[in-house]
Amino acid sequence: MAADSIVKRLKAPGALARGRLADRAFFIATFIFAGLVLLIVAAIFIELAVMSWPSLIKFGPRFITSSDWDPVAGKFGALPLIFGTVASSVIALLLAVPLGLGVAVFLSEVSPPWLKTPVGFLVELLAGIPSVIYGLWGIFVLAPLVMNHLAPWLNHYFGWLPLFRGTSYGVGLLTAGLILTLMVLPFITSVSREILATVPRDQREAALALGMTRWEVIRHAVLPYGRVGIIGAVILALGRALGETMAVTMVIGNTPRISASLFNPAYSMAAVIANEFTEASSRLYVSALIEVGLVLFGVTFLVNAAARLLIWRVGGGQKRARV
Amino acid sequence: MNPYNRRRLVSRIMLGLCAASVVVVVVPLLLIIGYLIYQGISSVNLALFTQMPKPVGESGGGMANAIAGSLLLLGLASGFGMVVGVMTGIYLAEFGDNKFGFIVRFLSETLNSTPSIIIGIFAYTIIVAPMRHFSALAGGFALGVIMVPIIARTTEDMIRLVPTSLREASLALGVNKWRTIFRVVLRTASPGILTGIMLALARAAGETAPLLFTALGSRFWSLSVSEPISSLPVQIYTYAISPYEDWHRQAWAGALILIGIVVLIGLAARFLAARSSLVRGARRR
Repeated sequence: MAADSIVKRLKAPGALARGRLADRAFFIATFIFAGLVLLIVAAIFIELAVMSWPSLIKFGPRFITSSDWDPVAGKFGALPLIFGTVASSVIALLLAVPLGLGVAVFLSEVSPPWLKTPVGFLVELLAGIPSVIYGLWGIFVLAPLVMNHLAPWLNHYFGWLPLFRGTSYGVGLLTAGLILTLMVLPFITSVSREILATVPRDQREAALALGMTRWEVIRHAVLPYGRVGIIGAVILALGRALGETMAVTMVIGNTPRISASLFNPAYSMAAVIANEFTEASSRLYVSALIEVGLVLFGVTFLVNAAARLLIWRVGGGQKRARV
Repeated sequence: MNPYNRRRLVSRIMLGLCAASVVVVVVPLLLIIGYLIYQGISSVNLALFTQMPKPVGESGGGMANAIAGSLLLLGLASGFGMVVGVMTGIYLAEFGDNKFGFIVRFLSETLNSTPSIIIGIFAYTIIVAPMRHFSALAGGFALGVIMVPIIARTTEDMIRLVPTSLREASLALGVNKWRTIFRVVLRTASPGILTGIMLALARAAGETAPLLFTALGSRFWSLSVSEPISSLPVQIYTYAISPYEDWHRQAWAGALILIGIVVLIGLAARFLAARSSLVRGARRR
């Protein structure tokens, strides 16, 4: 009975053509939505460029070379913001790359199986904590810790370095860098872990058969194989750190100045937008803030694009390595 | 020391350092979670869920409007994110093995790692600026844009996991391609796709930066999409940087609620993924 009705439907005049039309319409619908993603990214660029136009033509290249950020006087030089963003990210990567890689190596090469799941779960949990909560913890726990214990200790033993001169008020570059470290760590760990998982077993077994110790296997057979992917993971983490907003805003001190000491308060590109956007009173001020956004978007876009292509290259193309 | 012993020693030390790094990473995490629970539990009370914020200076009050606001924003965001994300995922999996597919996949990944504050500016320029006021709609849109790449990626992955034989069986019965995709492919892949949607929701629920100058925040009860609206993350932020002791207390309580929501969504997503036969099959392979 059911088969009869299907046959009848198929034999009806124009059924096949209607079906083809529906398929075509479906293809076009999905195509439009996929195109929308492309359009959104393009629109972000265009909107940011258009909205920052007044500032772009007024300041030109001076915008990123001048270190005078004084909205009251109408002076907008983004150099201190760029400095804060880059410096806090560099601190974070210096600490997070060895640590994150260590955890990834431990989980994929050393760990007894029963330990893998809980540690992996904890690391994933760390990645899922919203950035505003890191910021909250940073203000009330980490900043006092840095002010009362870490900074005096660093100053006492390494005070001869300009990096650790002066006294810390809790908030500042160092605290921002530490918070960022915690935030990019799980990221480096999970991506590197995926990369290490793509290293073939033979590679390890061949090295072991040559009489290498377990560390030598990792050092000479596993890590070199995953090198490009790990570099990709690190660049991806850099992109994260550069664009991180809330946690940094809450602990960096929000002072647009460049100084050698990590104890001093600073400012980052994302933080200045978060803090000042709703207060920006003049058209020029708003457009200067959007230009900061444009610079940030441009930089993170390039960084992420490079990382993505690297990871895809080693992961066997777009469809295999989804990390 | 002979070379072999030296090599063994180096190996021990390096492996020990790897293990030590696990400790260094896990301890702060436990500190954060522990402190959050310690501070949060002592501050969470019923008033937090049922009452409105009190004026500055009066202690007490709650975050009822922020919780409701967050839910409304997430609802708006999923409306946008799910439609665009799932359709994009279908395109990428079914028709995306070409240059256009490559570009969309690439830009979608880049969008995923774009700083969320940039998405906030974008929503501001295309919704807030023309409408001339802050609105829940703009906030929902910003969160929706953040959800799209996550949903698109999982949808594509899950559809690709559906066995070709299933698809062919449906096509052989004379079912149209689009109907095959909706009735057979999507239905098979749906637990996995749902997992992706929940992961995207968990991420969007904690986002603060894109809401600062789109939904803005508000101290009043509002469920209107064209008005500024309060949200949990923004409320936590505002309270955290305020000088009032009682607001700090509420910020911790709010943070505990927020992390509770995020973890619950995350666990539900894991549960779904674990039940999905497709994902299990892919793991085994």
